[in-house]
Amino acid sequence: MERSRIVLSGSGGQGVITAAIILSEAAVIYENMNATQSQTYGAAARGGATRSDIILSDSEINFPKVIQPNILVCLTQEAYDSFSEIIRPGGILLVDSKYVETKRKVDAKHISLPMYAKVMEEIGKPIVFNICMLGALIGVSDILKPESVMKVLKTKIPKDFLEMNQKALDLGLKMGKDSIA
Amino acid sequence: MNNKIKFVQGNEACVEGALYAGVDFFAGYPITPSTEIAELLSKELPKRKGKFIQMEDEIASMAAIIGASLTGNKVMTATSGPGFSLKQEALGYACMAEIPCVIVNVQRGGPSTGNPTHVSQGDVNQARWGTHGDHSIIALTASNHQDVFEMTVEAFNLAETYRTPVILLFDEVIGHMREKIQIPEEGELPVVQRLRTFVQKGVDYHPYLPREDGRLPMSDFGSEHRYNVTGLFHDMWGFPSNNPKVVRELLHHLVDKIENNVDQITRHKEYWLDDAEYILVSYGSSARSAIHLAKNRRERGNKIGVLELQTIWPFPKELIREKCAGARAVIVVEMNMGQVLQQVKCAVDDPASVFLANRIDGELITPTNIKTLLRVIQGKGV
Repeated sequence: MERSRIVLSGSGGQGVITAAIILSEAAVIYENMNATQSQTYGAAARGGATRSDIILSDSEINFPKVIQPNILVCLTQEAYDSFSEIIRPGGILLVDSKYVETKRKVDAKHISLPMYAKVMEEIGKPIVFNICMLGALIGVSDILKPESVMKVLKTKIPKDFLEMNQKALDLGLKMGKDSIA
Repeated sequence: MNNKIKFVQGNEACVEGALYAGVDFFAGYPITPSTEIAELLSKELPKRKGKFIQMEDEIASMAAIIGASLTGNKVMTATSGPGFSLKQEALGYACMAEIPCVIVNVQRGGPSTGNPTHVSQGDVNQARWGTHGDHSIIALTASNHQDVFEMTVEAFNLAETYRTPVILLFDEVIGHMREKIQIPEEGELPVVQRLRTFVQKGVDYHPYLPREDGRLPMSDFGSEHRYNVTGLFHDMWGFPSNNPKVVRELLHHLVDKIENNVDQITRHKEYWLDDAEYILVSYGSSARSAIHLAKNRRERGNKIGVLELQTIWPFPKELIREKCAGARAVIVVEMNMGQVLQQVKCAVDDPASVFLANRIDGELITPTNIKTLLRVIQGKGV
């Protein structure tokens, strides 16, 4: 596979970093890839822009930061305004349509999906917004199998929450696939 | 799924290494970016009949691990710059009293409280000379999580072998980044157990009387033997002495036991050094950028190699001199104002051919940062 350089961005509390860890752990533990995951850390626990850099590769990864992502996810306007310029030309830019108004200034495949709205409508719990985003990300990019994400979730969350997460992942997956069909 | 493969932060890899090495006791005071080490050991040590204590500050933490080590435990503490400063006095005590202990410093920007959540490698010289008085010290580092694991095991091994504090100089990028590690099977890596005295209970035990090989067998304090431990210069009984011969011999012993064993202590890695015209000397997270650039340039036919240091102190002067002898230029890649640079300049035959590629703004130095300097040195312009 080609090396995937991914940046997930949003606001503290949206689960961006958690999603980044789940995605890269799925790649390493269940798909035998190499991955690095890092994040920019501020002093705040909630609020403020957060960003997590992920590299997935079959070969060894040395420099762990992403300079030009080929996949960029922005879950807030602030994140979009800060990071949209760094995307690799021709890359995938995935945003949530409720929070982000895109300006289409950069050369990228813009995909704006109502992830948050759909999660609230079908599940009613904002806590799985980030899992829905992972589903959409996999739907548009096919970087790994959605089952691998569920396998990681099984090791991390209580059993009673698995169904809700599966539903959120599937919602995102469908939206993602439909958007590129 | 292989449960020996984990996807973890560098701090967790350090904890895994410490557990593999048999850490029994941790005392510390949480500080970014080292906190996860304390957090994880607070969960893991009680499960293994070990002890975890969160002390009132870093001074007390250092004192606590020294005491615990004397009673027979393998001990560790973890901190970052400001806490490392506070530990220096007791660290000197551990040097003088020859008490095995491991001190992790996950470096962040300094001086003072500095740049808590961002990377730096500014504590290289503090690790060497942070505590006062002539002494020697061992400091190790690593650039990836598998090596963080192995260097942590090595730190415990060296602490026990040489009866000395060993400093693990990691950095924020290594501490917080996540990547894969494979936990080795038991027995796969050597684990050194403490050398204890064979002197029977009730028979005089001389805590500071070296054996023929220079090593000092220990006796768990508070068990079989009564003896004195002090930060003052001391005789073979451990009692204070200002006898010039005792003072001179002890100071020589403290320095020589490490400086005479540089070859045994030194760990390093080499990448494409054989025909390298340009050599990047680096360590910790900066070495990842150096390796990245060298790999990239090699594909374009440039003869670039990387010498990655895993032992920072005692500084491997001979190794540097020998490996860099044929190079047109040596570039030290680090995130400080040139702390290892000065050592490399002292080590090589031609100090004028040694350059610094650094970054000191809290961001990880990039391969492009290094490339920019390399092009200038090669006369190719910026």
